[in-house]
Amino acid sequence: MNNTVIQAEGLSKLYRRGLQVDDGLRHSLEAFLRSPVASLRRKKEETFWALKDVSLEVREGEVLGLIGRNGAGKTTLLKILSRITRPTTGWAEIHGRVGSLLEVGTGFHPELTGHENTFLSGAILGMGKREIERKFDEIVAFAELEKFIETPVKYYSSGMYVRLAFAVAAHLEPEILLVDEVLAVGDINFQKKCLGKMGDVARAGRTVVLVSHQLNQIRSLSHRGIWVDAGQIRMDGNTHEVVSAYESAMARGDTNGHSQDRGTATKARFLSWEIAEPRPEPPHTLATVGPIELKFVVQVTSAVHMGHHGVTLYNHDRQLIWGWAVDNVELEPGVHELRYSFPMLPVRPGPYSWAVSLYEEGQLLDAWECLPEMIVATENFQHRYDHWSGVLNIPSKFSIT
Amino acid sequence: MASLTESSVALPLHSGASATIRIEPPSGLFELRLREVWAYRELLYFFVWRDVKIRYKQTAIGVLWVVLQPVLNMLVFTLFFGRLAKLPSDGLPYPVFYFAALVPWTYFSYALQMTTNVVVDNQRLITKVYFPRLILPISAALSGLVDFSIGFVVLAIFTVAYGIRPTLAALWLPALLLLAVFTALGVGLWLSALNALYRDVKYVIPFLIQFWMFASPVAYPSSLVPPRWRWLYGLNPMAGVIDGFRWAITGRGHSPGLLLLASSAVVALIVLGGLFFFNRMESSVADRV
Repeated sequence: MNNTVIQAEGLSKLYRRGLQVDDGLRHSLEAFLRSPVASLRRKKEETFWALKDVSLEVREGEVLGLIGRNGAGKTTLLKILSRITRPTTGWAEIHGRVGSLLEVGTGFHPELTGHENTFLSGAILGMGKREIERKFDEIVAFAELEKFIETPVKYYSSGMYVRLAFAVAAHLEPEILLVDEVLAVGDINFQKKCLGKMGDVARAGRTVVLVSHQLNQIRSLSHRGIWVDAGQIRMDGNTHEVVSAYESAMARGDTNGHSQDRGTATKARFLSWEIAEPRPEPPHTLATVGPIELKFVVQVTSAVHMGHHGVTLYNHDRQLIWGWAVDNVELEPGVHELRYSFPMLPVRPGPYSWAVSLYEEGQLLDAWECLPEMIVATENFQHRYDHWSGVLNIPSKFSIT
Repeated sequence: MASLTESSVALPLHSGASATIRIEPPSGLFELRLREVWAYRELLYFFVWRDVKIRYKQTAIGVLWVVLQPVLNMLVFTLFFGRLAKLPSDGLPYPVFYFAALVPWTYFSYALQMTTNVVVDNQRLITKVYFPRLILPISAALSGLVDFSIGFVVLAIFTVAYGIRPTLAALWLPALLLLAVFTALGVGLWLSALNALYRDVKYVIPFLIQFWMFASPVAYPSSLVPPRWRWLYGLNPMAGVIDGFRWAITGRGHSPGLLLLASSAVVALIVLGGLFFFNRMESSVADRV
């Protein structure tokens, strides 16, 4: 029992930045015409290590959660283990049949019916034809789509689409399951149902490696946590310890092992944040586009005069979504709640991070990248395909007049 | 050459046996994992099935297009190349002469187009799930065979309607078809890999196909080519295929014999080179597309 099923030694992955296809041939030709000799020599490309010397062992039946900031290398590690990309150096051995789930609806085609897509997606994810036939009714029932299964999925609502896609994936029976962040889609109830199904998988003794930004999800599902930071393993151990260490490091504004400057002054400290209205459960998951109210709790030890307070919202890709600031902030000693209410916050579902800051006369008192991250789990009002949905998630009405 | 051991072959989930997968950096050597392609044959089937299903889903007359395309082409060819330009047809009625060439040619041009675009068209899939990438071009080259079969039945009826009885030469048809499939696959392997690197390839394809058609005996008989250039002509594998098709269907004219031998040798080289090139590209494709 408890054999090693995944063993990785010194895995590294070097990516070339700006290796774009679009400037392909023309670019090559131009470079060649400008200076034929130089272009034939190996170009100096900007490179970076997405993963650097990662070794790990996963035992049979273990449920391992990978946590870390965006771009820390979690997904790269998962992509190497699922053989989508090859490592630059190092090696790994996997004993057993691997199923990977890096996207919801892998292989779905809009013109095909739900029935047809179930078979196609199932086959792409590694199921055999007979296996899909056997599980077909169960999949359709799980997705609650009995009536629409012969309808082309292009007529599905985004909710229906996600339900079917996940139902197919949830019925995979690999010995080792690699999952990346796919649960951050769909409405909150279906998320719970999927979590339940995932829990079943974990309890069934299968090995699971899970990447998630939702720390509570990691806590409830996995036994072991690995904190990946700047392409390396920063901490490996009991889930609760690793998640807590990660959380407190993030609370310190820690980046890459170095404590981020949260100001030398001890006059003010941000303590926590949460969604105040409507009181969601869990408190950092947004299940409605609005109206909502947020509060940031700040502790002030001596009075702040002529303060300057800023707030920003970033998405998964560190794109600034919204920013705002206020001058002439007066704060007495004590604990204060800085509250923001929004008629709506229509951003596409996914993980987001708030950052708040407080200055006094140009001097930084505290700047905090709020933790945990905010998970937006609203209904998707956009195109059901990722590549056709943008940063805003605005409900719309369509009519022809 | 990298040695191929049982353990380096990844199997799809359904194939009972649980093997050990070893993940290593690309070795720069030729790692042809045909055993793995075989293990994934069900997925290959599903890719072909998907292509065939999707193609006619939104069309009003659906499968009729399969018949109409070569028939309309045949009418145009008969009218312009035959009746107006009065090109020779080796004694065959023009419609049969052109149709016998257009059925394999339509398959080839379609398969080449599909194969070229298959990596780019499936880039989302490639970055999200593992399967031997080689099954993409293979499925693209095979999916045109459904159309071919329908076209072929029409061709057979047509030929008989013109009073031409099948001869033993027809036994060559499977071999000729195989040659066409491998030509499309071999060239497609090169082009699909190139297309993943340089999207310009997509724009070159229509010209390439047009040029190739005129370099093949589709609109004219190969007897029009001066004998001293024949050897060069034979380097075009489709010349052998199309000449062979006319001969196998009608039993008239000369068997393409030597021409076919040269064609097969060329195809073998193209396929081997294509496999090698595709293999090189494959290891980095998920990082590039």
